[in-house]
Amino acid sequence: MGFLTEYVIPHFNFWIYVILLMIGLYAMITKNNLIKKLIGMSIFQTAIILFYVSLAAKEGARIPILTGDVLYAEKKLHAVVEEGGGKEAVGPQITQISQIEASAVAEDEEEEEVGEELLSYGKNFGEELDEGAVGHDHLGLIDPDAYANPLPHVLMLTAIVVGVATLGVGLAIVQMIYREYGTIEEKEILEKVKEGEGKYG
Amino acid sequence: MVEQLPAIVVLAPMFASLVVILVGLRWRSWCYPLTLAGLAATLAAAVGLVGRVYREGVIDYFMGGWETPLGIGIQLRVDALNALVLVTIATVALIVGVYSFRREVDVKAPAKTAPFYTLFLLLVTGLCGITVTADAFNLFVLLEVTSLTSYGLIAMGSSKRGKLAAFNYVIMGTIGASFILLGTGYLYIRTGTLNMVGIREVIVAQDLYGSTTIVVAFILMMVGVFIKMAFFPLYGWLPNAYSYCPSTSSCILAPLMTKVSIYIMIRMMLGIFGAEYVFQEHATTIVVWLAVMAIVAGSLLALAQVELKKMLCYLIVAEVGYMVGGAWLANHWGMVGALYHIVSDAIMTLCLFLGASILWSRLKARRIDDLSGAFRKMPWTMAGFVVGGLAMIGVPPTCGFFSKWFLIRGGMESGRWEYVVALLVSSLVNAVLFFRIFEIAYFGKKPAEGHDDSHGEESVERVGAPWTSTVALWVAAVLVVLVGVFNGEIAAFFARGLEGMAIVGSAGGGN
Repeated sequence: MGFLTEYVIPHFNFWIYVILLMIGLYAMITKNNLIKKLIGMSIFQTAIILFYVSLAAKEGARIPILTGDVLYAEKKLHAVVEEGGGKEAVGPQITQISQIEASAVAEDEEEEEVGEELLSYGKNFGEELDEGAVGHDHLGLIDPDAYANPLPHVLMLTAIVVGVATLGVGLAIVQMIYREYGTIEEKEILEKVKEGEGKYG
Repeated sequence: MVEQLPAIVVLAPMFASLVVILVGLRWRSWCYPLTLAGLAATLAAAVGLVGRVYREGVIDYFMGGWETPLGIGIQLRVDALNALVLVTIATVALIVGVYSFRREVDVKAPAKTAPFYTLFLLLVTGLCGITVTADAFNLFVLLEVTSLTSYGLIAMGSSKRGKLAAFNYVIMGTIGASFILLGTGYLYIRTGTLNMVGIREVIVAQDLYGSTTIVVAFILMMVGVFIKMAFFPLYGWLPNAYSYCPSTSSCILAPLMTKVSIYIMIRMMLGIFGAEYVFQEHATTIVVWLAVMAIVAGSLLALAQVELKKMLCYLIVAEVGYMVGGAWLANHWGMVGALYHIVSDAIMTLCLFLGASILWSRLKARRIDDLSGAFRKMPWTMAGFVVGGLAMIGVPPTCGFFSKWFLIRGGMESGRWEYVVALLVSSLVNAVLFFRIFEIAYFGKKPAEGHDDSHGEESVERVGAPWTSTVALWVAAVLVVLVGVFNGEIAAFFARGLEGMAIVGSAGGGN
């Protein structure tokens, strides 16, 4: 029971990927039919894709797309802090800017939530900065914990393309084998190869 | 222009491949000159890079100028370790390009000429990319570019067996590449970056040597790369794949694929994990013993072959054992020997495969016994083949002698006598193998055939080879000797790349 709660349930994504990986490997090694081997290969590759994608998952995180307003406000805040250059009274200025930006954002109803977030963030940051609780380098509206990590997804898009290409080449070769030998059962092919041993071709 | 060389060395063959497929499908005769132009540009860029590395040391190049530490930018890195590997790839590719004029694919399936050359150039793109990249994920992608093109190149021949071999290669190659991808994933979990330089920095800074994740990543990546290079227990796909494919394909794949995989292994060992982590007592013992088995098994299996190309393929398995063993000896000379052998083995394997391909296409001599009288029929081809054979045995001043010299020196210094013995046994087996071939080719199969004289007039009749093939073979043969003569310079260049890698040096002594 301890094993289950400690190792299996919290890491169930890894268990599933390992199981899929083994299924794929088993099919590739033991199956006699060449197409089944390719299916095994596909499962094998998909397991790895699952592994990568599960790395990027975060609880409560959203799609890593920043709306233009947030980016704009972030840039503006950075500019103010750089101008202020560590002088005091940057805090109120930031609060002011975030208010302006928030009201601009709030005109669009859908973005109201973002505007509020911006306002509260700006206020908090301004106050904290004045109190000396945080440094300038902590500036930023973008909270990395709120977004899923996009990198593994990007990598897996590439890996999927690679997988599709491999599968395509594999299928094309199986087709050629079928044309030459008239079967896609490995045992039968090997028998035919043995019959023709010694001859080239 | 000079700043862009690391990118040009990859992009030149890639653009050439695009031009070849667009132009070549309509005007078939343009394929050959366009391919040669692309390969010549690659070679020029590679040579330029060696010059720059010689003057400046390490060159870091960021694609598109994205110098972000977040792992988004793609970094290329050229240093003393890979500059010469690049030149080797470009040289071998150019020589095979010259050889490829009106060969099997061109003659038997003219419609496939343009796709064939396109795949050929894409293979070179992938190989150069693997060599220059400093990004672990790009390494996987480029490795798959190389593998996919080689599946195509192998299956394109007219041989039935070739297709079956290509299928097995697809399965094995995919397992190997997937292991490398998984290992990269584990490295990413622990270090948060995909950049090899960055991974190394994080491992050192956070002292992750004890981490289980890193151990798993290391094992997965090593097994993956062992499959790709056909290291001893995992070599099953290689002999059939390389001996039943079109001759041009075998001439480019046999010298380069395994050698570039060795380079990847060395880059992973030194560039990602670091020598002090990799060279732990139990790991080196296991791998060196596997290498010993690879050398012995490869040599003995080669001895059992009746077909010339298959014999050469088993010799590749043995040669892979030389290099892996050398790299894992955990000392300076072993590593220099392994790196030097990448260059020298690529050239001498090229020389032998070119020779064997010409003999096969002209004399229909697939089996060793069919070579009888080959010296009289094709003296120039056989002379080139002999140079390659002598290099494989390790006769000075060919390059094969010096790589064995470095490797044996490394083996003695680290006290791995089993490796030294295996190397010497393998040299003896090679001597037996090649002198048997030379004997058959020179004196004929059965010296006791009484009416030898009456046939004398007939057998003197020369069989001509296309001059492009002969030139390619002879350039390769001359390079075999040149790489041997300039062994000191090449070894010194590689040694520069090993500086600061925490490998036991010959001068440092001790452990």
